[in-house]
Amino acid sequence: MSTARPIRVSDPGTFPLRRVLREDGRGVLKSAAQEHLPGRDKLLEIYRAMLTTRVLDQRLLKLQRQGRVAFVGLATGQEAAIHGSGAVFEPQDWVFSALREGGIALQRGMPMAEYIAHMFGNAEDSAKGRQMPNHFQCRAVNFPSWSSVLGTQLPHAVGAAAAMQRRGEPHVCAAYSGDGATSSNGFHSALNMAAVMRAPVVFVVIDNGWAISVPSSKQTAAASYGTKARAYGMPGVDVDGNDALASYQAVAEAAARARDRGGPTLVCLRSYRIGGHSSSDDPTRYRDDGEVEHWEKRDPIQRMQAYLKSTGLYQEADCEHWQSDIEAAVSAAVRHAAEVGPPPLESLAEDVYAEPPLHLRRQVVEALRIAAEKGAADAVAGEFPL
Amino acid sequence: MSELTMVQAVNDGLKSIMREDDTVLLMGEDVGPKGGVFLATEGLTAEFGEERCFDTPLSEDGIVGVGIGLALNGMKPVCEIQFQDFIFPAFDQIVSEAAKMRYRSGGQYTVPMVVRTPYGGGIRGGLYHSQSGEAYFAHTPGLKVVIPSTPYDAKGLLISSILDPDPVLFMEPKALYRAFREEVPEGVYTVDLSTVREVVPGDAAVIYCWGAMVPVATEAARRIKETRQQDVRVVDLRTLMPLDEDAVLQAARECGRVVVLQEAPRFCGYASEISALLAEHAVESLEAPVRRVTGFDTPFPNTLENYYLPDARRVMDAVEQVLDF
Ligand SMILES: Cc1ncc(C[n+]2csc(CCOP(=O)(O)OP(=O)(O)O)c2C)c(N)n1
Ligand SMILES: [Mg+2]
Repeated sequence: MSTARPIRVSDPGTFPLRRVLREDGRGVLKSAAQEHLPGRDKLLEIYRAMLTTRVLDQRLLKLQRQGRVAFVGLATGQEAAIHGSGAVFEPQDWVFSALREGGIALQRGMPMAEYIAHMFGNAEDSAKGRQMPNHFQCRAVNFPSWSSVLGTQLPHAVGAAAAMQRRGEPHVCAAYSGDGATSSNGFHSALNMAAVMRAPVVFVVIDNGWAISVPSSKQTAAASYGTKARAYGMPGVDVDGNDALASYQAVAEAAARARDRGGPTLVCLRSYRIGGHSSSDDPTRYRDDGEVEHWEKRDPIQRMQAYLKSTGLYQEADCEHWQSDIEAAVSAAVRHAAEVGPPPLESLAEDVYAEPPLHLRRQVVEALRIAAEKGAADAVAGEFPL
Repeated sequence: MSELTMVQAVNDGLKSIMREDDTVLLMGEDVGPKGGVFLATEGLTAEFGEERCFDTPLSEDGIVGVGIGLALNGMKPVCEIQFQDFIFPAFDQIVSEAAKMRYRSGGQYTVPMVVRTPYGGGIRGGLYHSQSGEAYFAHTPGLKVVIPSTPYDAKGLLISSILDPDPVLFMEPKALYRAFREEVPEGVYTVDLSTVREVVPGDAAVIYCWGAMVPVATEAARRIKETRQQDVRVVDLRTLMPLDEDAVLQAARECGRVVVLQEAPRFCGYASEISALLAEHAVESLEAPVRRVTGFDTPFPNTLENYYLPDARRVMDAVEQVLDF
C-alpha cells in the first residue's frame, strides 16, 4: 500500500543536511557558518553528556538483562543530536522530552542518584514509582516527564512557552519528539498553534530512521521532516544529527530567534537508532544489518572525540579519565538504588488529587486491611514486550 | 486442532478469516514485517502481502478514521491499536464516527470494522501500557465491546467480530497472551457475540469477570473450595456489549451471593453496571450486598502494580464477605 519513495537509505546524503564537522571529526568544514557555535565549555559539556549517555545505555541494558530494571529506551548513536541540542537551553528554559532525551536532564544538573532511582522506580524516585522507566522528570532543572503517549508533550511546550511570552520572559521551550511522533495529533496541533501564537518554542525532531519497526519511508511522503515546517509557516531545517556542532548551531539559532520574538522553528536532527527500539525489541526482524553497520561507522562520540583531539581540548581537559569517572558515578548510584525499597502501599492514592477524596481514602484503608490479613500481593509475572 | 496460546489464536483467527474473505485488511503500527509488538500479526504480511496487512504512520486517529472509510466502502478493516492506552487519539473517530454512523444515516451507511487492542496490566508497563478502558467504550451506544479470556474464545470471538455488521472494539488481555495453551480448531469458526461462559460451576456464590480477571477468579474459587468446601461459580461475561442480561440475572438468582471483579478502576466501571442490573432485577434473590473487587480509583502505578491489580487474595476476601454476610 505504501508507494512513498524511501527517504532514508543508508547514505545520509540523499537529502541536503546542514553540517559543521567533517565526517571524520578532524576539524570543521570550510563551508560551515560561524555563528552560534559552541564555545570551549559547551564543547566539553556536550562531550561529557554524550559519554554519560553511552555509559548509562550500556549499564542499564545490563541491568535490564539481569531483570533489575524492567525497561530501557536506548540512545546509542543519537548522542550528538541529543546533547548538542540540549546544550543550547538555559537553566530557565524548559525542556519537554520524549523517550530518549533523559540525558538532557542530567546535562542540566539532575543528580545521577535521582536518575537511577527513577529507573528502579523505588521509594526515592521523584515520581514515586508510578511511571515506567525512562520517563524522567526533574523539576529543579525545568524538565517535566513525558507520558508515553507520543506527541502529547508538544502542545504542552507551546503552552508553557506562551506563559513565558505573556510574562515577557526571555526564555524558550524545547519540544523534542521522534520521527514517528511527527504523525501524531500532538505534533500537528503544536506546530500549528505555536506558529499562530508566535510562541517561543524550538521543536526538535530527532529522526533516527525508525519508529519501532516502521521506517521513515512509511512515516511520511515528504522529502524530509524539516520541510514540514513550511506548511505551518515557520522556518525548518534538516541537520546532520551525528554532528554535535551542527546540532548545537541549528538549535541555538532557533532558540535565539524565539528569544527575539521571532516565533518557533522546526529543527530536524537526522541520526540513527543503533540499538533496538528498546531493551526488549529485536530489530533483526525488520531491518538490515548493513544499514546498522553503515551507521556504526559514523559514531557521533568518535567524531566528537576526534574533533576535540584535533583542537587540543581533549588533552587539555584530560578527557581520557571521564569514562571511568562516569562509570564510577553510575555504579555508586546503582548500588544505592538497589538498597532502597519500593514506595509504600499508601502512596498508591497520593497525588491523584491535591487531597485524596473520601472514597480513595477508604480504598487505601481496605487495601491495608487485606494486606494485614491476607499477606502481600502476588508478584506480577509478565514482561514488557517492547 | 492444535494447542495455541491466546496470541497465537488471535494470529490464527486473522489468518483463517483472511484466507476466506479477501475484504479483510489489517492495519496499524508495526503490524507488518515485525508482526506487531506482541507478534499477533506475525507472518501475515508475508502471506497476504502489503495490500492486506500494512504498517501505518504513527496516528491512531488516522488508523481508525481510515478504517472507517474502508469499512464504508466495502472492506472489513481490522485496525490494531498497539496498546489500549494509545486509543484515545482515536476516541473521536470511534465514539463520534464509527459508533454513530449507522444511526445517523438511518442505516444507509455502516461500519463493519474491528479495532483490536491489547489492554490491562501485568507486564510492568506503568500508567500508559496497562489500562483497562472497557467502560468508556461500553458506555457508547453503537459500539460492541468484546473481551476474550481463552485462546478458543479469542479466535472464535475475533472471527465473529470481523463478520459482525457493526463496529467492534476487541480488547485482548495482554497478561493472558502467553499464559496458557488450549486446543483451538483449525479454520473458521465463530463464538456468539452475546453469550456468557460458565468457567467454574457452583452455587454458593457467583463471581462475574472478564479478560485477565477470569483466571484470578478461578484461582479464588479454587482456594475457597479448598478452605471452606464451598463451590463458587465463575462466569466470564466475554461480550460486554451486548450483554447477555438474562444469563447474568439467572446466575445471580441461582447463587444468591455475588462478587463482580474487574481490573479497571471502580468508579463508574463496568462492574457498577452489573451491580445496578442486579439491584434492579434480582434484588429479591440476593442474600448479601453485591461486592465489587476492582483496581483502585487511581491511575495505573508501576512499582506497586501488583497491589493495584486484583489478585486471588482480594477476591477471596470479597467472596468470604458475601458468603458470611
Ligand atoms: C500515541 C502512541 N502510539 C503508539 C505508541 C507506541 N510506541 C511507542 S514508541 C513508538 C515509536 C516511536 O517512534 P519515534 O517517534 O520515531 O521515536 P523513537 O522511538 O524512534 O525515538 C511507538 C509506536 C505510543 N507510545 N504512543
Ligand atoms: Mg524514530
